[in-house]
Amino acid sequence: MTAATFDLRAKVLGYVFVVQEFTVLCAQTLAGLARPPWYLRDIVFQLDRIGVGSLFIVILTGLFTGMVLALQGAVQLEPYGATIYVSRLIGTSVVRELGPVLAALMIAGRVGTGIASEIASMTVTEQIDALRAEGTDPIQKLATTRLIACLIMIPLLTIIADGVAILGGWLVAKLYLSIDSYFYWTWAFEAIHRRDIVLGLVKPVVFGFIIAMVGCYAGFQTKGGTVGVGLSTTQSMVSSSILILASDFLLTKLFMAFP
Amino acid sequence: MDAGTPMITLRSVGLMLGARPILKDVSLDVRPGETKVILGGSGSGKTTILRLILGLYRPDQGSIFVGGQEITHLGERDLSEIRQRMAMVFQNAALFDSLTVRENVGYRLWERDLLSDEQIDLAVIESLRFVGLEDTVDKMPAELSGGMRKRVGIARALASGATALLYDEPTAGLDPINTCMVGRLIQRLKTKGVTQIVVTHDLDTAYRVADRIVMIASGRILFDGTPDELRRSAVPAIREFLDPGSMPPDWRLLPKPDIVDEPAG
Repeated sequence: MTAATFDLRAKVLGYVFVVQEFTVLCAQTLAGLARPPWYLRDIVFQLDRIGVGSLFIVILTGLFTGMVLALQGAVQLEPYGATIYVSRLIGTSVVRELGPVLAALMIAGRVGTGIASEIASMTVTEQIDALRAEGTDPIQKLATTRLIACLIMIPLLTIIADGVAILGGWLVAKLYLSIDSYFYWTWAFEAIHRRDIVLGLVKPVVFGFIIAMVGCYAGFQTKGGTVGVGLSTTQSMVSSSILILASDFLLTKLFMAFP
Repeated sequence: MDAGTPMITLRSVGLMLGARPILKDVSLDVRPGETKVILGGSGSGKTTILRLILGLYRPDQGSIFVGGQEITHLGERDLSEIRQRMAMVFQNAALFDSLTVRENVGYRLWERDLLSDEQIDLAVIESLRFVGLEDTVDKMPAELSGGMRKRVGIARALASGATALLYDEPTAGLDPINTCMVGRLIQRLKTKGVTQIVVTHDLDTAYRVADRIVMIASGRILFDGTPDELRRSAVPAIREFLDPGSMPPDWRLLPKPDIVDEPAG
């Protein structure tokens, strides 16, 4: 066996090991949902930190996304004399794709890296070992509580981002494109079907799972002191972003397969 | 458990981390009420012994018994029960950053939820008073000095109601006054009949608190006896550790290249 083949084999085995470890962590975290203790205080704290704490960036993300969509959409629709339908474009693209994905990417940057760095710091300062020594299951206390908070708050934040994006689009439509508010809102709501809403709510649940679990995994696997904390934080952001975009494609394809 | 039955037993324990041997054929007993000091240089495998006793690591060979029950192959949930009987003071105290001193010290009591809030508060204050830090109860760990953090770590161990306390380098990095204070705390607990295992490379503390001393080098036990027997030992490797510079360096006491990366102790 050549050195290159051996190196490739070691790398593949390394990736398989990561997937295996990640799957085990996900299973243990989900198992924590079904058995006490429930750590309600920790869950409420995380709901506040993840939900209320991310509200501002999610509102800004939604607002500017909607405004840019209105400006760009109007440019594309103008040659056909269809500028008035810009709200249809904004409504569907925001609810189906941009709202969930952009909100998730922003939350991954704020919440996912926060989870990773916090747990990573606890790992390198022996606080995780101290939890185990106290008879506490660190996965149930740290990962399950954060997963619950992400699964509840990220869909809610996405709904807010969607609403603010459509509102941002309306501001541009009203102030720059001189579109009547009645037409804007009528076409916006008419374009959004129940199916879009379902897809737009399933995605943030999946993204919430990814953000929480990738952050926790990166944190628990940290080695190497403060350098390791930095690496885990970066790894969490990169992995979450890629997984969010990949799962967005897969979910969209899956929904299209079942009309 | 009668006084003659060991509370903690390691039998021919061996451990590898990756390809590195950390412990080789380690056997020791700790009897109820005994204070046993594990002495050795950095990277000799001392801390690993504490982690094995707590079930944070699993041995590759041998068996570990706590209170007569073998814990070598127990699952995480059963180990949680065993861990409730013990408490560990970590090298850097490992206080939970996000909790106040009060919440740190009373952590296990709140988790177990067997006492009222008032009773827990009393236990917390009593433990903090024992270590002389009752006025820090509402502070965050970041507001404490290294010595205070260590003492809060001891208070947390005390408040937990554990029957055995494990200390990982309790005096490392402390000034002489704090070192003396921590040593006195361990002595006071000894007079109360608490079973204690103290991992250290600080000879003064070891002599002051130990009923028996185990000396370890390169993952093997070199000596197991009383402090007086250790002082009288003529084994060159032990003499070199006790009185460095008095003999030509004995490389057996230094961590070998294959174990220098051991996490701590």
